[in-house]
Amino acid sequence: MRIVVDLNQCQSYGQCIFAAPAVFRWHGEESLEYDYAPDHGLAGEVARAAAACPVQAISTSGLPRTDEGDS
Amino acid sequence: MTNSANGADPGRIVIVGASLAGLRAAEALRAEGYTGALTLIGDEPHVPYDRPPLSKAVLTGWLAADHTTLPQLLDIDAEWLLGVPAVGLDLADPHVTLADGRRVAFDRLLIASGTRARPWPDAAQAGLDGVVALRTREDAIGLRARLVAEPRRVLVIGGGFTGSEIASVCCDIGLPVTLAERAAAPLAGALGGAAGLVAAQVQREHGVDLRCNVTVLALEGDAGGRVRRARLSDGDVLDIDLAVVALGAVRNVEWLSGSGLAVDARGVVCDAACRAFSADAVVLDDVFVAGDVARWPHPLYDGQLLAVEHWGNAVDQARTAAHNMVCPPAERRAHKPLPAFWSNQFGLNIKSVGVPPFADEVVVTQGTVVARRFAAAYGRAGRTVAAVTVNMPRTLPAYAALIEERAPFPPILHAADGPEQLTPVAAGFPAAGEPTHSPSATPTGPGPSAPHVAEALHVDPRTPPGPAPLR
Repeated sequence: MRIVVDLNQCQSYGQCIFAAPAVFRWHGEESLEYDYAPDHGLAGEVARAAAACPVQAISTSGLPRTDEGDS
Repeated sequence: MTNSANGADPGRIVIVGASLAGLRAAEALRAEGYTGALTLIGDEPHVPYDRPPLSKAVLTGWLAADHTTLPQLLDIDAEWLLGVPAVGLDLADPHVTLADGRRVAFDRLLIASGTRARPWPDAAQAGLDGVVALRTREDAIGLRARLVAEPRRVLVIGGGFTGSEIASVCCDIGLPVTLAERAAAPLAGALGGAAGLVAAQVQREHGVDLRCNVTVLALEGDAGGRVRRARLSDGDVLDIDLAVVALGAVRNVEWLSGSGLAVDARGVVCDAACRAFSADAVVLDDVFVAGDVARWPHPLYDGQLLAVEHWGNAVDQARTAAHNMVCPPAERRAHKPLPAFWSNQFGLNIKSVGVPPFADEVVVTQGTVVARRFAAAYGRAGRTVAAVTVNMPRTLPAYAALIEERAPFPPILHAADGPEQLTPVAAGFPAAGEPTHSPSATPTGPGPSAPHVAEALHVDPRTPPGPAPLR
C-alpha cells in the first residue's frame, strides 16, 4: 500500500489525522506529515482517511509489482 | 506491441526522467488509452519517490527514507531503465543514448529529466568530508546520519526553501545551526525581501544564527579531509562540522547539447502544449517536455517563459504532455495552471499561488504578521499576480481565483479578518541577475530563441553582494 497527498490541494482540515492517526500527523499547527508506505494492517484506516478528505487530496495504490523493499 | 484501435502501430514512447513527472506522464498515457511500448529512463536506481519529505520528515527521523516511494496509481506496463542516465539525443535517427552506450529508439519522446542540486563551486572543498547537498534519497539518508552524530554546528549555505527547511529541522532536533544567505533575507528569491524579513524574524526566534548579506568564501578542512571551518565574506570564521550546500538546482540539460533543441541552462523551451521547440524556433510534434526542466509561455505572465520547479507543476505538466502526445491535434490542451507550492518550516505552513517574483508590490490582506497567521497578495501594474499564506491554507483558493480573473491590486476582499486599510509595500525581489536559491516559479524572458540574459546562472555563489571592493 502506498499513498501520496497533494499538499497544494490539502487545506489542513485534518480529517485524515482523525481517521488514521498512525499514518497522518500535524507538524506545527497547519502542516501535514504522513507515511507514504503505511503498514498493511492500516489499509482500512487509510481508505477511510482518503474518503474523508474534504478536498480529495489523498491518492492510494495497492501493492505495486515494481518494488524495492519498503514493505 | 499492441496496435491502436485504427490499426496503426502506436510505436514506442520513451520518457527520460523517472521521477514524479515521468511517472505521472506514464500513468496518464495509459489512462488516455495508449497501448504501445513505453520506456522510462532514470539516472537514479529507484522507482519514483517523492522529494519534498526529504528535507522535512525524513531529516527529523519521523519518516524512513525508503518510505517515500510514490504510489503508482495504475499499471503502466512499462520498461524501466533505472540507474543509467541519458547522455545524448539524436532527432534525425530518433534515439536516446545512455551512459552505458545503449541506444533507445523512440517514435515520441518526453523530456522530464528534471534538476540536480547545484554543487559547491570549488570541487576540492566540495569533496571534504562533511560537505553535502540534499536532493536524492541517498543524500537524505547521509545527511540524517550526520545530524544524528550531533555535529557541534551545522552551516547551511543558502536560505531558499530547502536551506530554510534544513535549518528548521536542526532547530527541531536541538542542533546549533548557522544559515548564510547572500540576499538581505531568507526566501527573498521566492517570496521577496519584505516577506523574507518575516522569515528572518521567525528563524531567529527559533534560534537560527542567521547571517544575511553574506556569502561563504571558502570551506576549510583538517589534515584528515574533514570540514572544520567556513570563511564568510564579512570576515567571520565559523567552526563547523557539517556544511549543507543549499544553493538551488541545476537543470539536467547537458544530455541535450547538440540535439538541435532550444535548450540552455534555463531549461528546454516548449509551447503551451508541451511540444519542444528546435533551436530554430520550429515546434516539434514528437518531442515533449514536462516538469522542472521545461520553460513555456504562460498566458497570465506577459508571454514570459516560466520555469517552475514545483511538485504540482511536474504533475500537471506531465499529464498535459501525455494527453497531447496521444490525442488528435485538434484536442491538444494548453498547460496553464497557476503555479503553486508549499513549505513547512519552523512550525509554519507556507503556501503560494501564482508567481510572486513577477510582482513588485505586496500587501497583507488577512490576519497579522505578528500572529504568524496571515495572507499576503502580490501585485504588478495594478493587477494581483500571486498570493502567499502563512498558517492560513484555507484562504488560498480564493486568491487563486482572483489571480486567474486578473483582479486589481490591491485586491478588494471585504475580508472580516483583513486590516482596515491595505498598504502595499515594495515586494523586494532581488534584481534580475542576482542568484537566489529557491525552487520557484521564475519568469525567464521571452522565447523560444531569445538570447541568454539570466546572468544569475553564471554568478559564483561565493561572490559577495554589493559592489566589489576597491583594489
